[in-house]
Amino acid sequence: MEAPPGSSKKPLWTEEFSVHAADDRYVLRRQFTKFLTLTSFGMLVGNGWIYVKSLLDARTRGAALPHAPIATSAEVPVGGVKLFRYPTAQDNCILVRTADARLVAYSQKCTHLSCAVVYSSDNRRLECPCHQGYFSIETGRVLQGPPPRPLPRILVEERDGQIFATGIQMQQEGA
Amino acid sequence: MKALPHEARRKRRVAIDAALLFVVILLVVQMWLLTATLESYLAGHKSVALPGFLASAVLFGACVAIYFFVDRLDRAPEREEQPHGFGPWDIH
Repeated sequence: MEAPPGSSKKPLWTEEFSVHAADDRYVLRRQFTKFLTLTSFGMLVGNGWIYVKSLLDARTRGAALPHAPIATSAEVPVGGVKLFRYPTAQDNCILVRTADARLVAYSQKCTHLSCAVVYSSDNRRLECPCHQGYFSIETGRVLQGPPPRPLPRILVEERDGQIFATGIQMQQEGA
Repeated sequence: MKALPHEARRKRRVAIDAALLFVVILLVVQMWLLTATLESYLAGHKSVALPGFLASAVLFGACVAIYFFVDRLDRAPEREEQPHGFGPWDIH
């Protein structure tokens, strides 16, 4: 409905459609800044989450990891592999007997993007098939590829024909 | 109705652009901080989590301060006197 001529009152349609379509798509500088600030808040939440997680880890770190039986000695001959879960059912690990009296075990999660690493007996190394990340079977350190850190080492003991996992050792690059 | 002097408007535009650029730089630093903190945390360096969080909070505070600065500056009218019936349907 048009306003009567000479009236200072705005036409009704200006209330219903107060912004031109082109202006509706226009992003103001302050709107853009608000978006960037919200993104910054997202980053802060991310850092906060890491901090909270580290506090929770510190709380559970005091509890000693269990000594868990993971295999019998007969199950893992020289060059043989056994997959197991330690310390929880979500943590996949790999046990390899590299020599008669030498057992090594690592977390099976590649430190790059968490693909499962597998043992290559020909090359005597652990290989991540996703991005060709290779780890030393003796130390777990990175030999090649994108993984940024060595594999966490699972401490194992063999006694009375039984193999036990006794703990986890986080390893640093270059160690 | 009298427009602000051209020089004043130019200065304001430069100030807002500089502030926007600064926010972008802060954001890039904050992104790097988040990835570096996460990487250190996953590598077993749990002690970096708190400094990382505090540094991120400082950067976020700076972003908020700049946002209010830009908001205040950008809201200020381009003209000294607000035109009657402000809106896109007004023809000046």
